[in-house]
Amino acid sequence: MATGERRWERPTVFPRREIKWAVYAGVVGFFLWSAWGVGADPARIVQGLGSLVSLIGDFLPPSATPRQGERILEKMLESVAMAMVSTVTGILLSIPIAFMAAENLSPKPLYALNRGFISVSRAFNAIIIAIIAVKAVGFGPLAGIITITFKTVGFFSKLLAEDLEDIDMGSVDAVRASGASPIQTLLYGVVPQIIPRFAGLSVYRWDINIRTSTIIGIVGAGGIGSVLLTAFNRYDYQYVTAILLAIIAVVLVAEGVSAVVRRRYQ
Amino acid sequence: MAADEYTWERFDRRRRLTRFVVFLVAAVTVVGSWQFMDIGVANPDTIPREIADLLTRMYPPDVAYTTQIVGPLIETIHIAALGTIGALVLSVPVALLAAENTTPNAATFWLGKLIVTVSRSVNTIIWALFFVVAFGSGPLAGAVAIAFRSVGFLGKLLGEEIEEIDFGQVEAVRASGASSIQILLYGVLPQIKPALVGLSIYRWDINIRDSTVLGFVGAGGIGVQLFRAVNAFAWQSVAMVLIVILGVVVVTESLSAYTRGLVR
Repeated sequence: MATGERRWERPTVFPRREIKWAVYAGVVGFFLWSAWGVGADPARIVQGLGSLVSLIGDFLPPSATPRQGERILEKMLESVAMAMVSTVTGILLSIPIAFMAAENLSPKPLYALNRGFISVSRAFNAIIIAIIAVKAVGFGPLAGIITITFKTVGFFSKLLAEDLEDIDMGSVDAVRASGASPIQTLLYGVVPQIIPRFAGLSVYRWDINIRTSTIIGIVGAGGIGSVLLTAFNRYDYQYVTAILLAIIAVVLVAEGVSAVVRRRYQ
Repeated sequence: MAADEYTWERFDRRRRLTRFVVFLVAAVTVVGSWQFMDIGVANPDTIPREIADLLTRMYPPDVAYTTQIVGPLIETIHIAALGTIGALVLSVPVALLAAENTTPNAATFWLGKLIVTVSRSVNTIIWALFFVVAFGSGPLAGAVAIAFRSVGFLGKLLGEEIEEIDFGQVEAVRASGASSIQILLYGVLPQIKPALVGLSIYRWDINIRDSTVLGFVGAGGIGVQLFRAVNAFAWQSVAMVLIVILGVVVVTESLSAYTRGLVR
């Protein structure tokens, strides 16, 4: 702003007003194209929401026969068990990958390779991994464990690697200067610095894994998701509601546990 | 620790015991879970072989298949964009309800919290199952599903932003005689606008990833193509679809990171 000029202008990220309007017009144009491409005309939305309202009656009240209740319990336990096992396998696999993906600890080519692997793992939704795992090892919880482990590695080693890049190299050098071997340097210079974050991240990922394990059954990878899809396909909507309530309850409990534990470690 | 003892210990006996018990419980749970599933991994050594087999079948990716992916891919991007806009429109009132300082009373506060919780606990794919029933299969159901899933995320984080605003400014606008709509527009909105833009872009990025799987339950997008290729065991086409998804996700992620850097 020139000196002497006292006009106040709103702070903005755009260098020029023309660019601002061009960006706004572009964004609005894109959304109109999207609406047209998806076939979202208001009449259809109103009609759909109308049929949704009449459907709500079919979904209420939630109900399950004793046998269906048992089935929910059994498959829910399977979901939780899948999450438990694959959190552990995922974290075990993540540790070496995280060390290799930390720029300050790993040689360049190894760093690039492991970063690439992390990107691939994070890019694909769990359902996509699950469907491929099911084709590879067949239906059931094993496919689920492979899926969740794979997703865990991407998430966990990315965040752990970032923590490793932030450590204080001074204390690592101090340990090395005292004549420690590379393994000892790792154990006494690096590991103590990341333990608290490590614990917090593990619990956080466990929480996410519980959520994931409740849905990948939709493509046959074990857990409660399979029951949900079957109930939907049979139009047994009251049973669907019962399953959903069970899922929401488990997810909330996991989230609560995870929040409490993480608060203690911070 | 006794006063005459000078050995340094990281933990006292009680904390060591608790730590031990926690580890033991965790270990028992994991082993128990493995037993419970009884997944019959008769030959665990076959797993790497199966996966290697799959990977060799996927190579080389069927480049000619790209022409059939472009349409569904654009549809996926449309679903994510519309879903994000829908979520944005729905989440502003939800955020106002779920923020302690703007919600009218305790009942509305809990209503806001309930909407946020239910939306976040139900996965996109489950929302899609519902809306495929209501709207019929197709991308519209997917877009609505994405919107309903994102409301919880945006509502929760926007609500937290609203709780942190400077209420003095809101009072100042009110003191000048503004109506409640005007208070929102001139007292609250300008303070949360950077967060609003940043969070929406972040959610759009997540929504692109989520909308790649909607096709599995008939809610449109590239998932339809992927599902079809997998069921036909056309592994080279599958590989091509996966590469395209990877490309789109990487581009989206960098675009999102760049734009969020601008508004921060």
